[in-house]
Amino acid sequence: MTTRHVPLGERMQARGISRRSFMKFCATTASLLALPPALAPKIAQALEAQHRPSVIWLSFQECTGCAESFLRSNTPSVESLIFDTISLDYQHTLMAASGHAAEEAREEAMKANWGKYIVVVDGSIPTGDMGYSTTAGESNIDTLKHVAEGAAAIVCLGTCSAYGGIPLADPNPTGAVSVQDVITDKPIINVPGCPPIPAVMTSVLVQFIAFGALPELDHLNRPKVFYGQNIHDRCYRRPFYERGQFAESFDDEGAREGWCLYKLGCKGPTTYNACAVLKWNEGTSFPIEAGHGCLGCSEPNFWDKGSFYAPLATATHLDTTELAVGALAGAAVGLGAGYAGRAVQKRNKQGPFEAQPGVQPTAQPDPAEKEKS
Amino acid sequence: MSLLDFARGPALQWAGIIFVLGMVWRTLGIFMLMRSSPLSANRDNHLFEHGVRTVWSRFVPAPVFEKKVSFQYVAGWIWHLGFLVVLLFYKVHVMFFEGLLGFGWPALPNSIVLAIAGVTLGVLLWLLGRRIFNPVLRYISTFNDYSSVIITTLPILTGLLTFTHFGIAYETLLAIHMLSIALLLVWFPFSKLFHVITLLPSRYVLGVKFWRRGVQA
Ligand code: SF4
Repeated sequence: MTTRHVPLGERMQARGISRRSFMKFCATTASLLALPPALAPKIAQALEAQHRPSVIWLSFQECTGCAESFLRSNTPSVESLIFDTISLDYQHTLMAASGHAAEEAREEAMKANWGKYIVVVDGSIPTGDMGYSTTAGESNIDTLKHVAEGAAAIVCLGTCSAYGGIPLADPNPTGAVSVQDVITDKPIINVPGCPPIPAVMTSVLVQFIAFGALPELDHLNRPKVFYGQNIHDRCYRRPFYERGQFAESFDDEGAREGWCLYKLGCKGPTTYNACAVLKWNEGTSFPIEAGHGCLGCSEPNFWDKGSFYAPLATATHLDTTELAVGALAGAAVGLGAGYAGRAVQKRNKQGPFEAQPGVQPTAQPDPAEKEKS
Repeated sequence: MSLLDFARGPALQWAGIIFVLGMVWRTLGIFMLMRSSPLSANRDNHLFEHGVRTVWSRFVPAPVFEKKVSFQYVAGWIWHLGFLVVLLFYKVHVMFFEGLLGFGWPALPNSIVLAIAGVTLGVLLWLLGRRIFNPVLRYISTFNDYSSVIITTLPILTGLLTFTHFGIAYETLLAIHMLSIALLLVWFPFSKLFHVITLLPSRYVLGVKFWRRGVQA
């Protein structure tokens, strides 16, 4: 709850986090947000001075992978520090044991922070049968509309809430949609990924808390600072791509040499995310470094863009059967046209010949006359 | 559906079908037409061999016109071969064919293909400029001539831009490149580009006609 303001230092101490770690967190966040290092102390000041803002976290059609990615940590990580600066007033997965008390707490928090709280959403929203996904007897779409009403901003955590994600994949049995398909009158920040990088999420929240401003967003409402460049442009395998050195399989010589994974279906060239820079598991690695091509999970409809293992340069719909059918149809039309052409040729040969319209027969001099003269 | 999804999907799919349909249709239609039968006795007894000889002899300029048309021939050879090499031996293109046919073949190193593509593009642009600025060529050029050169040039140009990630986002460049190929495929059977099919047979027919009348063409 947001009632008692416990100083941040006290809270950090309670969690065994040193001041040094906190300052490191602020400096890292400033650099992630591409802010000058001089702003790190300002971030620290702002976070310390802040009355912990209320955050209401809604989970809809999701696998809990995004929450897991964000919440996981066996030691106090840089990302987990965010929980010392916010008041997470509702998260039904974490509060499941509380029963209806959780929803009551949510209502209270909404009332107390009307117009100021942040809504975090993971999961897509079913629009078909409401029974597909409900919480405490309420359909997801009703919950979202209701909670979004008093929100200052909505942060969509993961591809499902940002674009519909896997639930929206063909044939989309639940009629899944994204948050921005339902809510159109609130600032929305998409932090896509399956799951998204925790540091990205943290930085977005910190920027909002510290400066009260949303980050600069791209055409898909993603923070430009993290989603401004594609994986390919920052990939350490890029020199192999330029030279045309592609791994042919996941265990061949090329793969062992670290060659480019384009031929194995890597979607890095069309995927905008910060994986190649921030990496995962405390900066240990990212999928391409682990030997698997990028799946493009932070892009809309990534599940329906053809095989994960087909190179980007291949056609997704064209196949030889269709071409054969096209050839057969062409043969039928060609035979028809050929016979029609022959018929016209035969008719022309038989005569009688007609002058073409507009062509006047010219009088030829009589050869006998010509000879005489 | 993004532009790239459209290009990789329905655009190439329909362009491929129209290409095959159009090529088979026009090829059959033309080959089924009746040939006129000769009205006089043949003056040559080896018409087949001589027809084939004409097919090959036209690959180089006739000595009498050498000075005037050599540039045209050499330029034509360079860009035709360059286009073929880039189409068939660039690694990413081999991947495309492998995806379609289920098998691939060895490709050339990127640096070589890049150089060939650059020269091919240069020659095509030069020829287009020549067609525009040379008064005689301009006089005899039709829409079919201009459009065919431009539509042939576009995939090379957009391909080079895609390879070098020039200017705009890669996915947009790749989509535009694929759309330019789709345009080429649709245009191909119904324009002068169809000469790929008719060129050699028509040279043969012409050769036979000449030799039959005693003209050593
Ligand atoms: S592995 Fe993927 S992202 Fe890296 S260079 Fe190759 S295609 Fe680009």
